[in-house]
Amino acid sequence: MSKETKQTVQTTGHAWDGDLQEFNNPLPTWWLWGFYATVVFAIIYWVLYPTFPIGRSYSKGLFNNVTYTTSDGRTVTTHWNTRALLMQDLEHAREMQKPYLDKIKKASFAEIAKDQDMRAFAYSKAKVLFADNCAACHQAGGAGVIGLYPNLADDSWLWGGSHEQIETTIREGRHGNMPSFKGRFSDAQVADLASYVLSLSKQQGVNPASALRGKTLFEGQAGCFACHTKAGTGNIALGSANLTDQIWTIANVPAQHTIEGKQAAIEHVILHGVSRRMPTWKGRLSDTEIKMLAFYIHGLSGGE
Amino acid sequence: MAEQLFQKRIPIFPRGVKGRFRSIKYVILFVAYGIYFLMPWMRWDRDFGPHQAILFDIVGRKFYLFDLVVYAQDIFWLAGLLGIGAFLLFFVTGIAGRVFCGYFCFQTLWTDVFILIERLAQGERNARIKLSKAPWTANKIWRMSLTWFLWLLVAFLTGLSFTLYWGDAITLSKAFFTGQAPFPAYATTLFLTATTFVMAGLAREQTCTYMCPYARFQGVMFDQNTLVVAYDEQRGERSNGRQKPAKGLLKQEERLGKDVGDCIDCGFCVQVCPMGIDIRNGMQYQCTSCALCIDACDTIMDSINYPRGLIRYASENSMEGKKTRWLNVKTVGYGIFILLISGLLVWSIAHRSIVELTIRPIRKPMYVVLSDGRILNRYEIKINNKASELKRFRLTISGIKDAKLELGQENPVKVLAESSSIVLAKVVTHNPEKDKTRTYITFKLQDVTNSTTPALTKTSVFSLPSR
Repeated sequence: MSKETKQTVQTTGHAWDGDLQEFNNPLPTWWLWGFYATVVFAIIYWVLYPTFPIGRSYSKGLFNNVTYTTSDGRTVTTHWNTRALLMQDLEHAREMQKPYLDKIKKASFAEIAKDQDMRAFAYSKAKVLFADNCAACHQAGGAGVIGLYPNLADDSWLWGGSHEQIETTIREGRHGNMPSFKGRFSDAQVADLASYVLSLSKQQGVNPASALRGKTLFEGQAGCFACHTKAGTGNIALGSANLTDQIWTIANVPAQHTIEGKQAAIEHVILHGVSRRMPTWKGRLSDTEIKMLAFYIHGLSGGE
Repeated sequence: MAEQLFQKRIPIFPRGVKGRFRSIKYVILFVAYGIYFLMPWMRWDRDFGPHQAILFDIVGRKFYLFDLVVYAQDIFWLAGLLGIGAFLLFFVTGIAGRVFCGYFCFQTLWTDVFILIERLAQGERNARIKLSKAPWTANKIWRMSLTWFLWLLVAFLTGLSFTLYWGDAITLSKAFFTGQAPFPAYATTLFLTATTFVMAGLAREQTCTYMCPYARFQGVMFDQNTLVVAYDEQRGERSNGRQKPAKGLLKQEERLGKDVGDCIDCGFCVQVCPMGIDIRNGMQYQCTSCALCIDACDTIMDSINYPRGLIRYASENSMEGKKTRWLNVKTVGYGIFILLISGLLVWSIAHRSIVELTIRPIRKPMYVVLSDGRILNRYEIKINNKASELKRFRLTISGIKDAKLELGQENPVKVLAESSSIVLAKVVTHNPEKDKTRTYITFKLQDVTNSTTPALTKTSVFSLPSR
């Protein structure tokens, strides 16, 4: 092993400035072959895949077309590209989902709720639809924003909380309107009305005399009952709020810790009115998608 | 001449030998091949799941090992298994040297078979040396291509068998030969065919000397008490060295008288060595303890009526006439570790849970106030049924007074065999603790299919509005 073998490195035979020589250390064979292999690989790649820019276009690659069907049924054949592969994947996903969607399309809400497969499919599909279409206003999980967008996770429904009513709301959209009563009542009358509204949901610290005066106004001259009904329970045909429950969608009563604050929140609504519009999703979502969304939203709190 | 950066391989043509250790190695080879090649075809009766004794189901994230089903979350068992493997290697290596290398390593087993094929197609050592030096005649081309063809066949069967562990062997092999198998099946088979062919056919001992880390670090675990394949230099050389048997040097007594060693320098031990070393030069890092040189030497010793054991398993201590001590801190320590890890693994497998319960509170929104002022919290409950039969579970809650549980589906919850179900639960209660923003709720899962099973409980958070 310890045999001293004096080996000199081969030179190219050139000499400059008398003794300046060039060593010849050839590349290792395995490295060279590895390099040749990458060259061969590159040439094959150039032929098969889009590679070189040509003017405003590029080489498209040969023998490597991708064919897919779009969601509106057109068949497209194009050169290899990752977008086309994505479209192929989406086509595959649509094919896989189709039996479920067909089943859900025909099923009633009760049938969907009973069938474990349909229920799970509708839930996961609608969860994504909700995030894409609804969560921007109604927030993730449907908690809404008081004063702006109704909470979908509670059990109070301005326009009705049955599966079918929710479905209609999504498909057709809703327009909720309460006129402004500014200038129509004196400040004292507005305060009385607010007291009465607060007393309906049994808030602590309401002035009973003021509330009693408010009740007369509510059920008579002011005409509040026309929309909110005499009992104050609201009317789902008009989207008027139920004032007797603990849920507030416009006036942020729960955030106020004093009776004066609560009073002021209600007075603000009476004076300025409400106008909220939920857009229609007809045309943007298919009927089956709307159905699954209605099922999902109903499930957030169990509807009514 | 360019400077040599590494030594060019000197081809090795191991000669065949018969003997004790060769027989043991054939038995091990036979058993190992039997298990490896036949196991995918072994059927197993299961109420649920594939009818294959061993199946690694990557798509279903389940490993089927006879009656044991290993789930992804049981992956820490693998750590136990690897721990046992490592400590067993240290333990055995400390006592008896590179037993794993010499008898059990697949590199050794497959090289053995490839050498057998070589011998079958090209003949014994001398014939093979002659053939390798011969010009490319029709005979050489035929013999070499036969060798390579048989090698490729074994390599392919090796690759295919490995692949069959990852799918149903019968359908997968049918699909494989009709071009219907998934791409990974072909890729795996091709890759393993190639590596088997290269490693066992071409690279051979270079795999052990240049590539394998185990081969190198096992030497660290040796000490004076470790059994190694050793040449008895005292007896083989004496003071006048080894000599060929010539006149006056035939009988052992004659050699003893002239103080000549018992080694008759026949070279058989060198010829049979698959690593191409001469064991008489002492312990070398290339030696895998395959013990074929022992068989070779014993054969010769028998034929000339010398006692066996000129080359034998012996520790450094015993060669020097001292006692070999098996028990020391190292071996006992490794032994304890093996028992400890094995015990833990067996305990863990015996006590594996059949049902798992996960409670995830939905945090968007944290809570909802209902029209009557009650508080609603929602939970995503995952019930994982690892049993091979359908089970029904009743979910109940405790910890909050008057709290009501709604599942939006039937309770008991039905969960199919070896699958999981996600239940969206709602818990409604009057605000129990007005000055807190959270309290705790306990979910209890009772198996109603088998009411003797103890119930599972999990505690989770119940969020409240701040006041």
